Amino acid sequence: MKRTSKISRRSFLARGAALGGAAFLGGCDQLSQSPSFRDLLSKAEWLTKNVQRLILTERDLAREYTEADLSTHFKANGSTNVADPGYQALAQNGFSDWRLTIDGLVDRPASLSLADLRALPSRTQITRHDCVEGWSAIGKWTGTQMTPLLQSIGLKPEARYLVFHCADKLGSTSNYYESIDLIDAFHPQTILAYDMNNAPLTVPHGAPLRLRVERQLGYKHAKYIQRIEAVSSFAMIEGGGGGFWEDRGYAWYAGI
Amino acid sequence: MVAATTDIPRTELIYRHALLVRLTHWVNALCLLILLLSGLQIFNAHPTLYLGSKSEPSAAILSMDAVQRDNGSYAGVTTIGSHSFDTTGVFGLSTGPSGRLEARGFPDWITIPSYRDLATGRRWHFFFAWLLVFNGLAYLIYAFFSGHVRRDLAPTKSEFRTIGHSISEHARFHFPKGEEAKRYNVLQKLAYLAVIFGLLPLVFLTGLTMSPGMDAAFPALLDIFGGRQSARTIHFLCALGLTLFFIVHIVMVFASGAFNNIRSMITGRYAITPDDQPSRGEAA
Repeated sequence: MKRTSKISRRSFLARGAALGGAAFLGGCDQLSQSPSFRDLLSKAEWLTKNVQRLILTERDLAREYTEADLSTHFKANGSTNVADPGYQALAQNGFSDWRLTIDGLVDRPASLSLADLRALPSRTQITRHDCVEGWSAIGKWTGTQMTPLLQSIGLKPEARYLVFHCADKLGSTSNYYESIDLIDAFHPQTILAYDMNNAPLTVPHGAPLRLRVERQLGYKHAKYIQRIEAVSSFAMIEGGGGGFWEDRGYAWYAGI
Repeated sequence: MVAATTDIPRTELIYRHALLVRLTHWVNALCLLILLLSGLQIFNAHPTLYLGSKSEPSAAILSMDAVQRDNGSYAGVTTIGSHSFDTTGVFGLSTGPSGRLEARGFPDWITIPSYRDLATGRRWHFFFAWLLVFNGLAYLIYAFFSGHVRRDLAPTKSEFRTIGHSISEHARFHFPKGEEAKRYNVLQKLAYLAVIFGLLPLVFLTGLTMSPGMDAAFPALLDIFGGRQSARTIHFLCALGLTLFFIVHIVMVFASGAFNNIRSMITGRYAITPDDQPSRGEAA
């Protein structure tokens, strides 16, 4: 008698716990879709950004590795090709006709060829690429340093962000884009990479030019860059989040 | 007269948990629950763990994959080191919220959100991570300045000598009574100390080591934990350790008197069963 009552009490407790758990998770799913609750949760992103900005000085560099540390296979994530016929034509020609446009809130808008970019001061760095999904790969990148490039172009005082407009669409109707603020734009490891592992950037990795912004996650490292626009705000661009993935719920500051 | 007074049950209510301990305990419980479930959502975005700096397939130590069988159907396979297990329905392959089979590390009944959504999982995770940090700081400041650590948590030399006895008593679900029950026993103290000063700081630091920003600010983190991917693995193992602690904690709460324990963590009042009476745990 006592035994059965004990078992039924246990199964009652187990069922209660299962029901409570299902209600809890169901509640979390509803909260996940509530705009005001999502806004509340994203307050933590504001905190993360500001605390990291307080801790990180402009001189703090992402770790640099050696040739021996290079990944045997560096996964190409996101877009691995670009459907646009214009891009395909440029790729056929080894990007010799490709131009990078730099405009927006700048003193001297520019249109630069790959040869122009290669002639500018460069930096080579072996760094770790951390994907938001959780994996990491180590690659060697060579590219145009952003700081001297931006100094020669001249940013207007109201410029606060650089927006990178890309050629790929990643299954969407709009093009991939990303943005960084001037703290990252002028960081010594921020480069426009045209070489990866001692060879010109391949199409899966964003040929002919991709951003390296080493203190943030992979989705900030825009591939297939066509145009860099200096802006005072990105609120009016696409979804207003400052990037393709940001418009889809990811944090603009991807330092964590 | 004398005989009559001794017959009255001498159950004594003591004030066991200070308000700040009670408050931080429940905030901590909520944070850890949400951090675990949203953490499993984040894990599911790449359900493989590695050792070292980078995620080289050869350095994988645990993975949960969906693989196609010879007959064309799919199976969930969990690989730990060189051993593979069929975990269809739970790890690697399980029925998602849509009712269809999905390739996913952990099943939908243990992730926040239940459906696959890394961006939202990260929002939950970092919000409650910050809350855990503030809550933990409040607790630590209180615990050191009030003497809670020294008075309630630090085991004495004589207690260390009773570890063997305490283990055998716990194994038989015999719990201290009377004066002995007014303080934590040595196993409780060691378990709480291991969580407060071991697992929680470790889960915090390995979490930071996964941040490319924090790695630039504190490169030593990468050396301490053996690289970002090792830190991710240790972070996962800490979460597993905290989960095991939680399970043992709940079992002990129920075994030693659920009502009394839960009341003490809400109101602070804890009933002490006299030495010569059976405890609630044994009566149940």
